[in-house]
Amino acid sequence: MKPGRRVLVLVCAVVVASIASGPFLPPWALFLITVSIAKGLVALGLLLLIRTGLVSFGQGLYFAIGGYAAGTAAQWLGVGDAVVMVAIGVLLSAVAAAALGILLARYRTIFFAMLSLAFSMILYGLLVKSSALGSTDGFNVAPSTVAGVKAGQFGYPVFLLTVGSAAFSCVLLDAYLRSHLGRLAPAVRDNELRVEYMGASVRNIVHLNLVIAAALAGLGGGLAALTVGHVDPEMAYWTTSGEFVFITILSGTASVLAPFLGALLLELLRSLAYEHAPNTWQLIMGGAMLLVILFLPSGLWSIFERRRRIA
Amino acid sequence: MATLMAVAADAVIYASWLFIIAAGLTLVYGVMRILNMAHGSLYALGAYTAASLVGAWLRGGHAPLGSYAMLLLAALLVGIVAGPLIERGLLRFTYGKDEILLVLVTYALFLILEDAVKLVWGVESYFVTEPYGLLGNVELGPLSYPVYSGVLIGAAVVVGFALRFGLYQTKFGKLLTAVIYDRELAGTLGIDVRRMYLITFALGTTLAALAGALTAPTVSVVPGIGVEIIVLAFAVVVIGGLGSLPGAALGALIVGLVRSAAVHFLPQVELFSIYVVMALVLAFRPRGLFVFAEARKI
Repeated sequence: MKPGRRVLVLVCAVVVASIASGPFLPPWALFLITVSIAKGLVALGLLLLIRTGLVSFGQGLYFAIGGYAAGTAAQWLGVGDAVVMVAIGVLLSAVAAAALGILLARYRTIFFAMLSLAFSMILYGLLVKSSALGSTDGFNVAPSTVAGVKAGQFGYPVFLLTVGSAAFSCVLLDAYLRSHLGRLAPAVRDNELRVEYMGASVRNIVHLNLVIAAALAGLGGGLAALTVGHVDPEMAYWTTSGEFVFITILSGTASVLAPFLGALLLELLRSLAYEHAPNTWQLIMGGAMLLVILFLPSGLWSIFERRRRIA
Repeated sequence: MATLMAVAADAVIYASWLFIIAAGLTLVYGVMRILNMAHGSLYALGAYTAASLVGAWLRGGHAPLGSYAMLLLAALLVGIVAGPLIERGLLRFTYGKDEILLVLVTYALFLILEDAVKLVWGVESYFVTEPYGLLGNVELGPLSYPVYSGVLIGAAVVVGFALRFGLYQTKFGKLLTAVIYDRELAGTLGIDVRRMYLITFALGTTLAALAGALTAPTVSVVPGIGVEIIVLAFAVVVIGGLGSLPGAALGALIVGLVRSAAVHFLPQVELFSIYVVMALVLAFRPRGLFVFAEARKI
């Protein structure tokens, strides 16, 4: 089977399985899976950036923009439908990245990481001080309908919307990564000068990938806001961005499905750790990250890949 | 006039504190090319150790003046124990890898240390205000300042000059410069690069812990105090230029001035004014104010 086709089949299988099992899952599981998928979307954007050779410690910026845009649209613009709320968030995140990208696309390695971190911290500082948006407490977000269907709290409709948009993003990003333009991303990582010699513009490629990653982070932020029912400035804080980097490094960048698996694993482990040993949670995370970096540099997904190559 | 004086005084106090933190970060980056995200956790470690030591000292009924020695001891202890432990136990396996990968490694270290602190000291807060209150206040015109702030400024000046002397006027400093310029060549000349890295990292850790220890008497020591520090320190060293000592001093002064001006005139923008300055400096001088363009390497 062609690799592109395989992703499509896998995504379809996961979507059908989730739609079928959704109504029978307990609310906590439904909540956990929805939040993981939302975070997985942000990590999916980071996957694209890491393939381009960039690590952003500021994806929380777009995550927060997506969440706050969705919340603001519901609170003050009277938008009641979840689909429109999330779409506004995606659009705003992409616009923000298009503007900031003019600057960011010139930077690499740690300078890129630091500048993106600075931008997300600027938003954090703004949100903390804006009393209209609830300062440090944030505010509640509650959609009344999802694509015309009435939405309940932690409900099946939001779950379906999340699964649907994640599947759509996966297939689209996978197609992009296999396209002519998408294949330039690893080329930029390996040798920028040669990409320029080939006649492609490195800056434009980086800029485009920044916007795509931001749109995905905005989508994740909007969906997370709908699921949790709340937004607060923590979404833009650098530790939130760090968590996304963690998910991406843990899962690896070999497949567009990897980030979702990584995010699900993270959320599962987190809820387990919170129950049994609340003060060792970050310790486990850090330890796992070190083990992956030192012994499994291509991430957890590479375990599957290796087995397939042998078969 | 009084406001301007207050702004200037606050700026100098804040800048001194920032400089001690940033000096350690920039030193480690300058020599080892590691942008240490765990620097804030080492700061927290210093603060907790200081709180414990000062507490034990005072409970033992010793002279309160000795608590200042305890602050120093805490910094040294963290530097000598945690520094080599981290360098030998973890960082040495990652030398020669991408700078960005090292950022990820130290980020993982940050996560581990955050919880390690909680496991050792628990989640309750510690107060050791004695070294702070002991010195009383001093009147500067219409303003009153704690003398302890003077200790902070003094410490920053001492740290600055000691580093300057150590790096430029001693044999060790010259050897270190050789390592900075070319690690492999320095090795072939018989310089023990491993030892240089070990000492540098221990020194950087000591400075982070010193800043933490000196801060401990002025705040309540609670979990998470290091989380914000690292971003501030990044801002300072990035403004001045990574790996530059005068850059760290200048960056500390700029950030100190911006913050204290913001606090006095526009309190709403206090938090993000620092990051705005950092973003502006990066936008126009990507490598910082003190570092000049270098030829592109293919």
